[in-house]
Amino acid sequence: MTEVKFSKEHEWITLEGDVATIGITKHATEMLGDIVFAELPEKGSNVEKDGTAGVVESTKAASDVYTPVSGEVVDTNQSIVDDPAKINEDPEGGAWFFKLKIKDTSELDTLMNKEEYDKFAKETSS
Amino acid sequence: MEIKKTSLNKLHQNNNAKFVEFAGYEMPIQYSKGIIEEHKFTRSHSGIFDVSHMGQLFIYGDESLTEELEKIFPLDLKNLKQNCSKYSFLMNEDAGIYDDLIITKIKEGYLIILNAACKDKDFEILSNLLGSKFKMNLDNNRSLIAIQGPKSVEILNSVINGVDQLNFMTGNWFDSDNQRLFVTRSGYTGEDGFEISISNEKAEKFVENLIGKGAQLIGLGARDTLRLEAGLCLYGHELDINKTPVEANLRWAISKSRLSNGGFIGSKKIMNQMQDGAKQIRVGIKPEGRLIAREKTKIFNDTDKQIGEITSGTFGPSVNGPIAMGYVDKEFSKVDTKILLEVRGKKHPASVCGLPFYKKNYVKGVN
Repeated sequence: MTEVKFSKEHEWITLEGDVATIGITKHATEMLGDIVFAELPEKGSNVEKDGTAGVVESTKAASDVYTPVSGEVVDTNQSIVDDPAKINEDPEGGAWFFKLKIKDTSELDTLMNKEEYDKFAKETSS
Repeated sequence: MEIKKTSLNKLHQNNNAKFVEFAGYEMPIQYSKGIIEEHKFTRSHSGIFDVSHMGQLFIYGDESLTEELEKIFPLDLKNLKQNCSKYSFLMNEDAGIYDDLIITKIKEGYLIILNAACKDKDFEILSNLLGSKFKMNLDNNRSLIAIQGPKSVEILNSVINGVDQLNFMTGNWFDSDNQRLFVTRSGYTGEDGFEISISNEKAEKFVENLIGKGAQLIGLGARDTLRLEAGLCLYGHELDINKTPVEANLRWAISKSRLSNGGFIGSKKIMNQMQDGAKQIRVGIKPEGRLIAREKTKIFNDTDKQIGEITSGTFGPSVNGPIAMGYVDKEFSKVDTKILLEVRGKKHPASVCGLPFYKKNYVKGVN
C-alpha cells in the first residue's frame, strides 16, 4: 500500500494496486462537529476527480464529499451510513467512505503528503 | 459594525468555545465536547446558556401601562398576577410577527425578554406606540443566564435560596451576593430551568459558581437542537413578519378573553383566521430513515405539487433521529399525513407528526 495522500478538500486516499480507498480527514471531522448523516456514491457509478461523491451532515450543516481522483466505485462503507458517529470516532481508519478502481495513478501526484496536509490544515483553519 | 461581546465572552474563550456571529454578537456555538454531548448533558444534568444577547426591556408604570399594553399584546394583562410570565408576540396590523417574547408582570411594571436580532426594532416600535408616558429601559447593563435541565433547580437553589419555590412561568427578585437578581422559572429547551437577569460585572463569577456545582456551559448549537426537539419556534425560522400566530399554530398563546372583543394590534386578522382557518400551518415533520431536511427544503404531496417548506431541520440527539418543523397547506397538516421532502434533487418520504418530539418536563405545582 502506498503512503496516505491528502486533498485540499480534506479527503485522504490510499492506493493498493489500482484500487483507492477514500475517506475524510480527522481535521475535517473536527471542523464539522458531530456527524449525523452520510450519503455515499452508488456502487458501479463513475466519479470524476474533484467532483461530488457523497455528503456528510453534522448537527449544524451539510457538506459535500469530493473525490480526489477519478474512477469506478467498487465498494462503499455501509457501516458509516448506518452509524455516522463512527466517522468522528475513526475517520482515518474504519470509517472510510468508498473504494475506486482508478485508471490514472498520476492523478495522485498533485495531492499532499501528511506533512504538507497538516501544514495546510493548520493554515486554513486559523 | 464592530461585533458585540457579552460579559461572559472571556469565560467562553477559556472553555474552548467555537464562536459564531449571531445577531451582531460573538456567541459560542459549541464548546469542546460538541453539540450532541452538550444536548444530552442538558437533558440529563444541567446546562448553562449565555443568552445575554437577548433584550431585557423594563417598562415602568401602573394600571395605565397595563391598559396601553393590552392594546398591543393579545394578552389578558389585567388579570395577570404579579410575577407571572406569558409568551406573546409583537405584531403588525396584519398580525405579522415582529418578534416573539416573554412578558412578566413585575412590581415596577413589566419586563419583556426580546430576541437579540429584533430588540432594537422592538424598542423603536414600542416607544412609538407607548409615547413618552412610560419610562422604558432596554437594559444593556444586565446579562441573562439560562440554566436548564433536571439538576438545575438543586444547583441554582444552592446559590440563590428560594428559587425552588417558583412555578414554571413565574419569577421574582432575589438577593444574592449583594445585588438584586430577577429569576424566572422558564427557558427554551423543554426542560425545567431558570433564567437569571444579573448585572454584567457579577455574571462571570456567578456562572463560574454554577460550573463549580456541576453545571456545564452549553452553546447555541445545542440550544437549537433542544428547542427543536421541544417543538419551540425560533424567530427568523418558524416566525417572521409574513407569519401570524394562527399560522404558526400558537393560538394557545392568545388569551381567550381577548378574542371576543379584540382591540389589540392584528386582532382583526387573527379573529378572521381563527374562524376561517389559515391557508398554511406549522407542523412537526419526521423524515424517514436518517435524512436531514434543512430550512428551505421544499415539501411536496404525492402528485408532485409543492405544499410547503421546512423552516428548521436537524438531527435530534435525544430522539436519535432527524426532526423538522415547517409550514404545509392546511389540508396536509393532519398528523401522519405522508409527504415528500426534496433534498439534493431527490424526493424522500416523511410524515407530518405531533409536537413536541421530546416530552417537556416543566415544573408547575411547587406552590
